[in-house]
Amino acid sequence: MKTTEILVVGGGPAGLSAAIEAASLGCDVVLMDSDLKLGGQLIKQTHKFFGSREEFAGTRGFEIGNLLFDEVEKYKKEGKLEIFSNTTVTGYYKEDGIVSYTIGEETYDLIKPQRIVMATGAQEKRIAFPNNDLPGVYGAGAVQTLMNVYGVAPGEKVLMIGAGNIGLIVSYQLMQAGVKVAGIVEAMPRIGGYWVHAAKIRRLGVPIYLQHTITEALGDKVIEGAVIQEIDNTFKLVGEPMKIDCDTICMAIGLTPTCELLWSAGCEMKFVPQLCGYVARRDAMMRTSHPDIWVAGDAAGIEEASAAMVEGRIAGLAAAASLKPEGCQMLKEKSTDYLKRLENLRAGETGAKIRCGLEQVCCECWG
Amino acid sequence: MTRKMIKDHPILNFEHEKKKVVKFTFDGREMEGFEGEPIAAALHSNGVQVYRITPKHERTRGFFCAIGKCSSCFMIVDGVPNVRTCVTALEAGMKVETQTGMGILKPEK
Ligand SMILES: Cc1cc2nc3c(=O)[nH]c(=O)nc-3n(C[C@H](O)[C@H](O)[C@H](O)COP(=O)(O)OP(=O)(O)OC[C@H]3O[C@@H](n4cnc5c(N)ncnc54)[C@H](O)[C@@H]3O)c2cc1C
Repeated sequence: MKTTEILVVGGGPAGLSAAIEAASLGCDVVLMDSDLKLGGQLIKQTHKFFGSREEFAGTRGFEIGNLLFDEVEKYKKEGKLEIFSNTTVTGYYKEDGIVSYTIGEETYDLIKPQRIVMATGAQEKRIAFPNNDLPGVYGAGAVQTLMNVYGVAPGEKVLMIGAGNIGLIVSYQLMQAGVKVAGIVEAMPRIGGYWVHAAKIRRLGVPIYLQHTITEALGDKVIEGAVIQEIDNTFKLVGEPMKIDCDTICMAIGLTPTCELLWSAGCEMKFVPQLCGYVARRDAMMRTSHPDIWVAGDAAGIEEASAAMVEGRIAGLAAAASLKPEGCQMLKEKSTDYLKRLENLRAGETGAKIRCGLEQVCCECWG
Repeated sequence: MTRKMIKDHPILNFEHEKKKVVKFTFDGREMEGFEGEPIAAALHSNGVQVYRITPKHERTRGFFCAIGKCSSCFMIVDGVPNVRTCVTALEAGMKVETQTGMGILKPEK
């Protein structure tokens, strides 16, 4: 059976950062990602990032991805890092620490790592309405994949559900790709995303329907329209249903951490609304209650790529240092800086929700 | 039929002209796509949105999550059912079919 010192599950910004750090301490690292291309959600982002300069604020998401790929290339050449793309990790067996995976659809195999960093990212949430399963109802991440990675228009006229940052950014990206946006529907009385993103959309004349929800998707085999309606403060339907002409409905109502493997490993899990779902309890170095498993990025709670990269660096470094005593000094030095950077990213009003969420799952250190 | 691709983009340059065009079939109809792109993306740009029919309620299903998680885009590819077409690369000559129902697994060779 294949073995490795460190297995990183997920090749988004968190996983790539973890793999880079672990390899830099001299560990043999295997990284597996289910997608055809590495980079997770990051490579789909065409807008300039917010955050701090250390975390590439002002740089476009996919360009940040390229910087990470350069570092990855270096360790690949040195033979320290082996990458499996289109490889899905399907199970963790806690009896013997063996991990199962499939390459593509038909090759099944096993690997036994000494340490694991889980950086599986997130999955889109859904809401219930009639016909929400028809082709043409797509997740925001999926719409981005089609248009920003593969250059395929998701449709001709899109209705966006959700006016948080993702809904606003993807609406703008759709227009950049030459796709019409019929409107943005938001259940809350105010826009959830940053004002700069909302302003760009408004200037382009796209209506934002606040305190509205989608009540039905129209169509027989594929989407041919949608019905939206106003709601009051208790989310009860009021007013008249309104028909929207569209061929695509994009769901941008939020993400939830992908945590199945953490459950199978028996990690202590907790439901934390501020982090958008079930997350693993962890210490400051991102180690879970399972002594061989670390977690990082959206899988540890929905946040941003900038935080995901720093968490990944911490987790990769800590997992490696647990195998290489000579790495402990390095961990001490670097982690002080990384923790400071996380603190900066989570400072102020915008970070309040995350801070409140983290208080519920972070412990000083596992005894 | 020509594919519906995004060409002019203020930020991205897809360099579609540099990609290798390959032929494949969808339910017997010949189509073109780029080698290595997800089968689902190739179909979508050819105007195909229905990828399977569910076993019980016979509902149409297509693309949804694009990260190989939701099982909405399962199809039969070269005779293999339940292929996640959003994370499976297109190859020349592939035989892609709408999957109706559960899909039947062939015994191991
Ligand atoms: C529209 C949009 C705009 C955004 N804007 C910003 C912004 O301005 N600034 C910012 O900082 N962040 C932004 N983000 C958020 C950012 O993209 C994510 O927070 C970040 O990508 C999370 O990184 P990650 O590595 O944890 O997860 P992901 O990027 O989701 O990567 C997870 C990876 O794990 C893989 N994977 C999952 N399960 C398995 C498995 N079982 N086996 C193998 N591989 C698996 C997936 O294929 C994926 O590649 C935005 C996100 C979106 C959708």
